[in-house]
Amino acid sequence: MVTYILKRMISIIPVFLFATLLTTGMIHLSPVDPAEAYLTAAHIQPTDEILAQKRQEFGLDQPFFIQYVNSIMKICQLDFGISYVSNKPVWDEVTNRMPATIQLALGSILIAVLISVPLGFLAGVKKNSVFDHFSRLLSFIGASIPSFWFGYLLIFFFSVKLDLFPVEGTGTWQHLVLPSITLAFPLIAIYTRLLRASVLENIEEPYVLFARTRGIKEKTIMGKHVFRIAISPMITGLGMNLGKLLTGTIIVEAVFSWPGFGRYFIEAIFNRDIPVIQCYVLIAASLFIISNLLVDMIQMYIDPRISRKEGYKQ
Amino acid sequence: MIRSIQKMFNLQKVIPICSIMIGILFILAIFAPLIAPNDPIAVNMAYKLQPPSMDFPLGTDQLGRCNLSRILYGARISLGFAILIFVSSILIGLIVGTFSGYKGGWVDHVLMRFCDGVMAFPSLILILGLVGIFGPGLTQVILALMLVQWVYYARMFRGMVLSLKEQNFIVAARVSGSSKWKIIKNHIVPNVLPPLIVMGTLEMGWAIMDISAMSFLGLGVQAPTPEWGAMIHEGKSYIRTNPELMLYPGLIIMVVIVTFNLLGEALSERYGVKRRF
Repeated sequence: MVTYILKRMISIIPVFLFATLLTTGMIHLSPVDPAEAYLTAAHIQPTDEILAQKRQEFGLDQPFFIQYVNSIMKICQLDFGISYVSNKPVWDEVTNRMPATIQLALGSILIAVLISVPLGFLAGVKKNSVFDHFSRLLSFIGASIPSFWFGYLLIFFFSVKLDLFPVEGTGTWQHLVLPSITLAFPLIAIYTRLLRASVLENIEEPYVLFARTRGIKEKTIMGKHVFRIAISPMITGLGMNLGKLLTGTIIVEAVFSWPGFGRYFIEAIFNRDIPVIQCYVLIAASLFIISNLLVDMIQMYIDPRISRKEGYKQ
Repeated sequence: MIRSIQKMFNLQKVIPICSIMIGILFILAIFAPLIAPNDPIAVNMAYKLQPPSMDFPLGTDQLGRCNLSRILYGARISLGFAILIFVSSILIGLIVGTFSGYKGGWVDHVLMRFCDGVMAFPSLILILGLVGIFGPGLTQVILALMLVQWVYYARMFRGMVLSLKEQNFIVAARVSGSSKWKIIKNHIVPNVLPPLIVMGTLEMGWAIMDISAMSFLGLGVQAPTPEWGAMIHEGKSYIRTNPELMLYPGLIIMVVIVTFNLLGEALSERYGVKRRF
């Protein structure tokens, strides 16, 4: 088990290197010169002299490989450079905005799990019932509705018409409700679908038949046996969709004027604030990688067969 | 109502109905200049925020532009560019994937590791990163979408080529002296088509959603070009007084995506193709 975890940890390194290579390489492919972008963002009239000085300061006059190694060294020290716009370290700016985004993400995960677990489970157990059709319709709409539009629909009905929740901003728990629901809806669609499929698959397994022949109550079989195993793909889904969640926050933060990381990123794109863009892509990638690793570990804890299977392969 | 939903999921009906709807959409988009009652970008402040009338069937927006005309012209952008992304990413994926799978060896190894690297990240983050570096604009968004999407096709095609390569009819063709390109063209490509159609239909839905999301964020289509996501973005300031400005384009996006998704799902069931989540 320990070797499995270690192996998985080591397998992160190339993916991380690839991510940094991508972000460093992108800047070289970009038609915009970082030194020029900096001067424009800082409202300084670019002259050849200042440009040359800035290029040297950013290390742009060095060969690509050295720049790449340097940027990796800096990233390992959590130094993502200095924002062109505010002249403060990017990492500080990001950590200031992170809590709002994390709050939003946790809120929506909570809502998504609370709704999709019972919905998906019951839909699977009672296949082709009214309930099942409802859940399928819901997950279909959830997968097809653009979240920015859904957010405005919620604002329109619950804020403008019914005046139950504030339109935008942060502060109280009421502010969190609509953005979290908006972010949770596509997740609900995916998880409900996943859990339903997984329950349907498990019901066909011999252990269910065996439990039935032993005369165990249907409720106990479903609740204790099927549920425990069927929930496992959902955990994978939770980890795999963390990336979706992160990109989802960009849109939801734009809709609800939520002062988080995603909105900062969009502002950075408009201001050509390249260090912030790099930092966002890297953090998003790392989050994605780490969440996948965590999911694997949780799954292994639930179902130890996985690590043994891996062992056989190698 | 439940019965009607049940009927809706009936394969035999979903495929023709959705195909007809998509056909109508394309006709509307292609003939938008003939159908649209007004110029979609002509600003006329005298007619701003008008209710529906004979001249403006869906009313006008904050600059006095005809909503219906803007939605019709918006279909050209969404569908046109979705097709462009779809066709070009498939082409790249087809070439790279079949080549990689057929060739094998280190070429295959290098190409597939690259694909793995790209697939290791959520596609929207990569797209946003690319747009961030290259700057906002429709061309950049389309390019970024293409650059990310082809990888999935390459992977799919490679997998198929690998499983097909060992099939008897391919071996027979090779033994009887067919050239590599001839085998690929005549035997492999036809076998690859059904899953391709399924993926393509679903992909169209995603592409339309992504393009409109980018425009909504202000990164894609720039004003005054009519585009559904951008229209929602512009309409949001009038949510209290004129909610229809943001309701119409959103509704049409949803209908289009639902149609493509339903068709994709029905096709995947029919051809027995597994869909990726």
